[in-house]
Amino acid sequence: MYPREFDYVVPASLDEALDALASNPGAKVLAGGMSLLPLMKMRLFSPEMVVDIGRIPGLGDISDNGDHLAIGALVRHKQTASSDLVAAHAAALAEAASYTGDPQVRARGTTCGALAHADIAADQPAAALALGSTMVAASKAGRREIAAADFFVDTLTSALNPDEILVEVRVPKAGGGSVYDKLGRRGGHSDYAVAGAAAWVKKSNGTVEDARVALTGVGLKPTLAAGSMEAIIGSDGGADAVASAAERATEGVTVLEDLYGSEAYKAHLAKVYVGRALEQAIARA
Amino acid sequence: MTTTTSALGGVVRRKEDPALIQGHGVYVDDLKLSGELQAAFVRSPLARADISSIDTAEAAAMDGVVAIYTADDVRHLGDLLAQVPVGKLRPLLADGRVNHVGEAVAMVVAETRAIAQDAVDAILVDYEPLTPVVDMMEAASDRTKVHDDLDSNIVFSWAAHDWWGGVIDLPDPRPGIEAAKQRDDSVVVSLEMKNQRLIPVAIEPRSVVASWNPGYARFEVYSSSQIPHALAGALGKTFGLASNAVHVVAPEVGGGFGAKLNVYCDEVLVCFASQQLGRPVRFTETRRESAVSTIQGRGWVATTTMVGTRDGEILGYELEGVADMGAYTQNFTVVIPLLGLWVSAGQYDIPTYWKVDCVVTNKPTTDAYRGAGRPEALYYLERTIDAFAREIGMDPTEVRKKNYWQSDQFPATNNTGLAIDTGDYAKAMDLLLDQADYAALLEEKQAAQAEGRLVGIGISSYVEICGFGPSVLSEIGFGWNNYGLPSSFSGSGLVRVNPDGSATVVIGTGPSGQGHETTWAQVVHDQLGIDYDRIMVHHGDTTESPMGIGTFGSRSAAVDGAATYEACQKVKAKAAVIAAHLLEAAVEDIAFGPGGPHVVGTPGHVIGWHEIADVAYRPHTGPDGMEAGLEAHAVFSPGNATWPFGAHLALVEVDRDTGDVEILRYMAVDDCGNRINPMIVDGQIHGGLAQGIGQAMFEEAVYDETGNLLTGSLVDYPIPTAGDLPSFELEHTTTPTDVNPMGVKGIGEAGTIGSAQTMVNAVVDALAPLGVTNVDMPLRPQKVWQAIQDAQA
Repeated sequence: MYPREFDYVVPASLDEALDALASNPGAKVLAGGMSLLPLMKMRLFSPEMVVDIGRIPGLGDISDNGDHLAIGALVRHKQTASSDLVAAHAAALAEAASYTGDPQVRARGTTCGALAHADIAADQPAAALALGSTMVAASKAGRREIAAADFFVDTLTSALNPDEILVEVRVPKAGGGSVYDKLGRRGGHSDYAVAGAAAWVKKSNGTVEDARVALTGVGLKPTLAAGSMEAIIGSDGGADAVASAAERATEGVTVLEDLYGSEAYKAHLAKVYVGRALEQAIARA
Repeated sequence: MTTTTSALGGVVRRKEDPALIQGHGVYVDDLKLSGELQAAFVRSPLARADISSIDTAEAAAMDGVVAIYTADDVRHLGDLLAQVPVGKLRPLLADGRVNHVGEAVAMVVAETRAIAQDAVDAILVDYEPLTPVVDMMEAASDRTKVHDDLDSNIVFSWAAHDWWGGVIDLPDPRPGIEAAKQRDDSVVVSLEMKNQRLIPVAIEPRSVVASWNPGYARFEVYSSSQIPHALAGALGKTFGLASNAVHVVAPEVGGGFGAKLNVYCDEVLVCFASQQLGRPVRFTETRRESAVSTIQGRGWVATTTMVGTRDGEILGYELEGVADMGAYTQNFTVVIPLLGLWVSAGQYDIPTYWKVDCVVTNKPTTDAYRGAGRPEALYYLERTIDAFAREIGMDPTEVRKKNYWQSDQFPATNNTGLAIDTGDYAKAMDLLLDQADYAALLEEKQAAQAEGRLVGIGISSYVEICGFGPSVLSEIGFGWNNYGLPSSFSGSGLVRVNPDGSATVVIGTGPSGQGHETTWAQVVHDQLGIDYDRIMVHHGDTTESPMGIGTFGSRSAAVDGAATYEACQKVKAKAAVIAAHLLEAAVEDIAFGPGGPHVVGTPGHVIGWHEIADVAYRPHTGPDGMEAGLEAHAVFSPGNATWPFGAHLALVEVDRDTGDVEILRYMAVDDCGNRINPMIVDGQIHGGLAQGIGQAMFEEAVYDETGNLLTGSLVDYPIPTAGDLPSFELEHTTTPTDVNPMGVKGIGEAGTIGSAQTMVNAVVDALAPLGVTNVDMPLRPQKVWQAIQDAQA
């Protein structure tokens, strides 16, 4: 690899890492490196300093904190994909992690890294959105919580400040059922999403009490599908209700074409996958 | 003395795998020469432009930058060599004009690669942009010429009945085909199909390090190459040296697929820089660099027409196509369609008119990529047969069987005047249909279609020409003359029984994943009876290995393997004399079995090879007048190429809502003659299928209208992984060739040649109830979905 020259620091504690970030505005956090390193190798991105948080203790766990799961900054995709806790309370996230990259990438890359990178075609941001997750950002100034809906700002841009580290993502144990499904660039679930959708649904007494639906791959950023949510909440969750909700998948969403799909195709896929995700989430709820 | 021509057939664990799996394999980038410098290249961001200035001042002043070279420094070395130098040859560094994105404009040599890359970023090149010719059909129109000094963008044309300037001059089949079209009972179908450009992706990108030794006036070159001997020849010719003054070593090579069957500018330039600077110079391409600086594959558009009767007799087949050469002609660039031409009529005895125009465009050069011309030819033919079968309402397997060469017609002189060695095409197809339980599959498909599901079955037959080959090919441009090697495609094998009775085998071709160490050890073990574990195979070093040209065109076993077999016969002849002497028996009564020679009828009493060797290396203990030593070298020049064949079947289901294609089953029956190691044969088929299915499903080099490559990284150029593919169901028939003494044909490319059209035929079959007749590769979901929408509109 031939990146431009950069400083490399390996802090032993979170405080040291936050110090390094605070004193070097051009610094970038390295966790799994699955997104950052290729960009540096191609010289598309050349940070002045890389702060490798890989050896900071205490960031690699998935813990049950009563009303939510906390997934630490160094939790790998593979852990998220295979965790019983995540499977039980956040199936959409487990599925999204299991479809991320390939086995090598899942062994190195981190869930928090995938969220912070905010790729428009990544899997886990959509799941985090649908599950109503909260991002915990740490800096020298302290910690702040950012709702997933406010976290994904633009293409490859999150709400994190340059001096912040996404130390954990909190996923509420809200009950109901969730699912993530997508069409990958190599077909099936393989590769980045051409388009995909995550859904979380909570039912009571035969109606959909609450729900969230999120899209990936179709627009400028992973985003909630507000129209679909409005349509499904309060409905009976039957086939007609799902179809109506799917029809509104891209309401208010700017659909962008890329090498893998025209605007019309992506808008169509958004509807297909919102429909499929809702149908399965309702079945699981 | 007995000899065997039987297949060896042993599933032996690969000798090379412990090293390769455990990280003990040594690749070019693992070798570090003392005092090495590192090279990096300034590459053009534009597809067509005049270079008005190159400002190297800032880069030259950087610490650690040793030299910067441009065209002015290397013009005297001439252009990069090509076997058929028509079109435009590639300058070593762009000389006044760039003709594709990624073309090398300047070379930086520095103490480290990072410094070299920094210097590359600091070099300022001023370009005057010109209108690029990106689309190959636009190029064929000649509206804008790619190169001012060429009369036309069409630099060469191939016709199956009249190829290579009349060397083969057969009757023009067109009048007969036209007459068939006029018959009252004939049916005509026509299709226009694209065969997209591909980027070869070897797991090891190209890498080369060169060191000039002024004392010996000799280059030492380590390169990740499929053709070390040819590289030595080309470098020798370029620098005015004998080929033996260039010592080339291709150590472990991590995949080639034809992309390393070329000499590249960077291989010449690191030699030049080493000679200039007195230090070794290295260049290893990055993955993104590889996408534009290494050759690409395929890139054809063709219209086919088939005429036949309603009972399935094919009366004629026509193909008129255009093949995209890219900007410059390299090693075999314009020869690739010739390889397709030779199999233009496939397994069928049918009148065939076949013409392909080679056009230049402002894109990277195309050249051999796994299959090289033959996948293109079989794709078009086998797609068209399916369309014809559908038109007449006949099962596509029946149409094929009706038009095959029959097993008693071999050697069969095909439409290009070449003789197909051996074949039994109906047998392979029958085995495929039997294994698939084809009748049940058809029922399954109909039941699924009745439920509204889009399920399809795809079939393809294929025949390939490989095992190159006859030395006469060098008369028609398919040879190595322009690399300074006026030689044929001869194969070479040296078998040495060492004084301790072990054997060292030195072969002229080297593996890039094919398992030569194992296969050749099996051949020698089978022939001599020496323990498999006491046989070591060496390759890839031009001072050690006898000339064998290289590994490509599925030729190693059929040519170098045959040479090694012949060398074994020579060793046996001498060992038999020694054994007869020791056993006081007649030479004619000596036979060879496990462990060594023995007298016929007493296989329990073998003489160990160490005993034979002991006599051979101490000649005073042997028969009077015996020459000392126990080794033999053989060169094998086959009288014909070999012609493997087979039949493939895919069962797919298309998701109507998304266009996503699921491969439910993939079956292949391949016949490569005798099989030395069936496990390795299966591995070759698996890899070939992966590449053919990869082309069918998602691989494509996509350029925008300015000639910029949009798929230059593996993020945007998806290649298949095991998880994307079904568990292949493989069967085989065995029809040995008579072209070589082992009866082996070659299997490296068969999987690729048979599979792309099998997949597309399956998807078109699934969509046929909707009225879809063609979907061009790659069958990305959007394209399949769009075909469904268009059909329903």
